[in-house]
Amino acid sequence: MDVHEYQAKEILASHGVDIPPGTVAFSPDQAVYAATELGGSHWVVKAQIHAGARGKAGGVKLCRTYHEVQQAARDLLGKRLVTAQTGPEGKPVQRVYVEVADPFEREIYLGYVLDRKLERVRVIASKHGGMEIEEIAKNTPDELLQVIVEPAVGLQQFQARELAFQLGLNIKQVSRAVKTIMGAYRAFRDNDATMLEINPLVVTKDDKVLALDAKMSFDDNALFRRRNVVDMNDPSQSDPREAQAAEHSLNYIGLDGEIGCIVNGAGLAMATMDMIKHAGGNPANFLDVGGGASPERVATAFRLVLSDRRVKVVLVNIFAGINRCDWVAQGVVDAVRAEKIEGVPLVVRLAGTNVEAGKKIITESGIPIIQADTLAEAADKAVAAYKGAK
Amino acid sequence: MSILIDEKTPILVQGITGDKGSFHTKEMLDYGSNVVAGVTPGKGGKTHHGVPVFNTVREAVRETGAQASITFVAPAFCADAIMEAADSGVRLICSITDGIPAQDMMRVKRYFLRFPKDRRPMMVGPNCAGIISPGKAMLGIMPGHIYKQGSVGLISRSGTLGYEAASQLKALGLGISTSVGIGGDPINGSSFLDHLVLFDKDPETKAVLIIGEIGGPQEAEASAWIKENFSKPVIGFVAGLTAPKGRRMGHAGAIISASGDSAAEKTEIMKSYGLTVAPSPAEFGSTVAKVLQSA
Repeated sequence: MDVHEYQAKEILASHGVDIPPGTVAFSPDQAVYAATELGGSHWVVKAQIHAGARGKAGGVKLCRTYHEVQQAARDLLGKRLVTAQTGPEGKPVQRVYVEVADPFEREIYLGYVLDRKLERVRVIASKHGGMEIEEIAKNTPDELLQVIVEPAVGLQQFQARELAFQLGLNIKQVSRAVKTIMGAYRAFRDNDATMLEINPLVVTKDDKVLALDAKMSFDDNALFRRRNVVDMNDPSQSDPREAQAAEHSLNYIGLDGEIGCIVNGAGLAMATMDMIKHAGGNPANFLDVGGGASPERVATAFRLVLSDRRVKVVLVNIFAGINRCDWVAQGVVDAVRAEKIEGVPLVVRLAGTNVEAGKKIITESGIPIIQADTLAEAADKAVAAYKGAK
Repeated sequence: MSILIDEKTPILVQGITGDKGSFHTKEMLDYGSNVVAGVTPGKGGKTHHGVPVFNTVREAVRETGAQASITFVAPAFCADAIMEAADSGVRLICSITDGIPAQDMMRVKRYFLRFPKDRRPMMVGPNCAGIISPGKAMLGIMPGHIYKQGSVGLISRSGTLGYEAASQLKALGLGISTSVGIGGDPINGSSFLDHLVLFDKDPETKAVLIIGEIGGPQEAEASAWIKENFSKPVIGFVAGLTAPKGRRMGHAGAIISASGDSAAEKTEIMKSYGLTVAPSPAEFGSTVAKVLQSA
């Protein structure tokens, strides 16, 4: 799960990381009020979306007057912001963050990630902040600093201090940077984050160390114990179909092909999409109905897949293990009847336990379902049905 | 022979009285697995499907000599259950549970390091279908009848894609020595590599099929090791060629977030280290058959 910049900053601030004064606003008037409350003479108005690269896309505006603040908020709110990371459809801007803009001297990169190879938290820092980490890694790979956290004891002060000195900070800045590095680590650990990026972390003339931008992602598996994080969820930032799927605990990811997929198991679902591509078609979605594949879940899956207007054919691929094929077949038949699915060719491949009984149920239902025995046959028939329907 | 489990392996079920634990205990018993104990705190002293139930793993191990455990424990409590098993001397821990927080798994893996290498438990999963040595024993939730006994080793991150492979092999008359589901999470108890080491020493296994997916470094790590060390032919496949970048494809670990994470890159890596790559997920069986014929 992702959160907005201002929410990540709230979490960081509560763990002792210093941030510039700022307030979230939902309307241009609120933005102006926020600026007056915050004081100062320069503000940035930042679009709050779950994606980076906002600056280059015009999502971050520097303002010198209250009028400019109002204008910036008006320009951003209610629009969809397209950045290099959002995809062509962009993300809706429903909140802006108004922040005091003070001059700074240096920009540093500070990141935390759960490293899958090491199975530990890795802290990454660089003197060259303010650009994407990929860019930093490409331009100045030798200057990338790293610290690996021993999970039994957590990040130690000396590790943070070493990083701070290597970043070339003076002694006053070092003690503040150590507080920041340690605080951000606790924010990461205590909220079950999987990624935390402070980019840039800035150093001001008067030796302050401030998190100017912040990004956090959290482990979905740990949300059951992170109510504070769940409360920050902003459903406007995800695909409505995906949000709907999540409500039924189905895993759905929309793509842009024509063949809708309903599959049990994540690996088999990915393989089914690959097989469609292999057969010359394009999958419209990833959908894992889970091991259960109960009739209710299958019906919900049909509704979701068919809510995508691009879908011209539906391919159901179920490898029944503990759940027998006859039971799954009955679920498919019931769902097709209940959802009144017409005009969309339906290819069903059942395999595994009680497969013959399952096929019989489908044949005897009288519904024009195209049956397939193997994964290859299913993909071929789905692609042929699409080409025939076109 | 087989790896990890056979018909003699004494098995303990953690969470035996829950719905899932109870159901799959029955399935494992019916398959012929030697289930000797169950653990559910507070239900000690009862029996379930004829299996004695204990309050703690330590007690169960002491009374029954259980050596392998399978966890049907809710995600919030599963890391604790795994560490309990490890601490009680269980040497093979198979975790079916889907949804364990990554930081919990990080702690579990760190906890394992307290055991010297020769006594460190082997963990399979989490978020996996388990282990089966066809014709001998099942420590998992797979449909046993789709597996034929034979000489192909199978390691898969995905459960259902492993089923697909097993049934394709069976349709061609090919059997499996042991099938291991290593699970779909970002931090696994064990990797392709850990099981390849065991298959290398298993005389019954003539070839190994490894089925990976997008995300994580372990397919590449295994491929590099295979080239240098493995004496038997390996057939590989990576699911998720059509998966978009940055999206979690069902499994918590199936996400392209770094270079080398995509299916195309991993497939290239496998090829560069001399693995035979199945051209599509419909050709697991035929590719293995071809490799076995030419070997």
